[in-house]
Amino acid sequence: MASLGALSAASDPAAGVLAADEAPNPWFDPSYVTENWDSIVGYLGQHVRLTVGAVLLGALIALPLALIARRARLLAGPVLGLSSVVYTIPSLAMFGFLAPFTGSLSPVTVLIGLTLYTLVILVRAFLAGLQGVPADVREAARGMGYNRARLFLRVDLPLALPTFMAGLRIATVSTVALVTVGVITGNGGLGQLIVGGFNSNFYRAEIVTGAVGCVLLALAADVLLAGLERVLTPWTRAAR
Amino acid sequence: MDAGGPVTAFGDALVYLNDPFNWTRTGGILDLLVQHLRISALAVLLAAVLAIPIGVLLGRSGGGAGAIVVLSNVSRAVPTLALLTVLAVTPLGFSETGTVLALAAFAVPPMVTNTFVGFREVDRDVREAARAMGMSSRQMLTRVEFPLALPLVTTGVRTAAVQVVATATLAALVGGGTLGRIINLGFGQQDHGTMLAGAVLVAALALLTELLLVVLSAAVTPGPRRWPVRRVRTERAGEPEPTSSGVPL
Repeated sequence: MASLGALSAASDPAAGVLAADEAPNPWFDPSYVTENWDSIVGYLGQHVRLTVGAVLLGALIALPLALIARRARLLAGPVLGLSSVVYTIPSLAMFGFLAPFTGSLSPVTVLIGLTLYTLVILVRAFLAGLQGVPADVREAARGMGYNRARLFLRVDLPLALPTFMAGLRIATVSTVALVTVGVITGNGGLGQLIVGGFNSNFYRAEIVTGAVGCVLLALAADVLLAGLERVLTPWTRAAR
Repeated sequence: MDAGGPVTAFGDALVYLNDPFNWTRTGGILDLLVQHLRISALAVLLAAVLAIPIGVLLGRSGGGAGAIVVLSNVSRAVPTLALLTVLAVTPLGFSETGTVLALAAFAVPPMVTNTFVGFREVDRDVREAARAMGMSSRQMLTRVEFPLALPLVTTGVRTAAVQVVATATLAALVGGGTLGRIINLGFGQQDHGTMLAGAVLVAALALLTELLLVVLSAAVTPGPRRWPVRRVRTERAGEPEPTSSGVPL
């Protein structure tokens, strides 16, 4: 007993001295967020612009590719194979490949790289959706005199919509996460806060703000798209 | 060496890659490669030790599908860079441990998902027959369920391993010593040649890893060879996709 007491008495003062030298570097600091609100919102805006741009561009390119791949079965293999090769290339390397063409400090580099990744997800999802449309339903529509455009808009699109939306949600969420890597070009949206905080002597509040902001943005985008899907497919709810 | 157009950049990249000193010096390509591979291997091993038993347990009992979907969706939303940075500023600091832990965390979801689906999809009749033949639970696991689930388990490990090799690159942004350092250096110096050389190395490593693991998993899988020519599956709603390649790299 006596030796235990002596031990704790000896270790106490040393612990006190060490703690006094430590500069405060909290993980969460509301004052950081309020004081830097304008720059955080600026980075958030860039993050949103890059994500929306990449997903929209990806969808615009993926839809015709998926339509072509469905019509010509021979093309489906190469299109999917090439897209999985693209997906294997790490994002940092992708930006490295693109930078000599589009500029190493340009947001265009990030936009094109992210578009390529969304393209991979979306071509797969769109093709899966289109292939999931029952052949006899299309046959029937064609028999009723639907032309190609109407067949797509009135038959294919509604039936494939759940799969399309699932693809769009995955693409959006993973793009939100990937934008952060754009920090290498100086256009990383909230990623600028993550690496910026790291470079500012490991400023934890800034890092956590960027990281939590990314996750919240991804969740918000996912919820938004889920809501959109509900609005666009009212028949799925009526059936239940 | 400022931007001289893509053509000079490719020339510069060739020059960089063709210089033996760039490969053999301390902190050169070979050093970084070894470190890259060591970090990746540790992360994959750690994740496999954690994820595969969980996947087997959940897949055999058939429960927890919802939790697994949530896990893989949430892991998709968290940027790898964020976790790498956060772990780098914890007391773990600049050690490789932080990088390995961060990468392992992202390797767990694809492994759990695929193992889970693999074991759950084992035909009920086959299980029934095995039990009728008097197999114990352990015999069923090792002789029936495991061989049948193996293609998906290896898919999970492959997906996770390729992803880990790819994302280990990002550790360079927060001080880690992986091949991404060359790309980072190229961007830092606005040197397109170095940038491209690093990109070629990293991309080649990722593609080779994928190729190697495809061959390896085909070799260990019993039964007729099934080459994973990725085909789009028409997935049933509410189930995790068997090949969860939709994880950010």
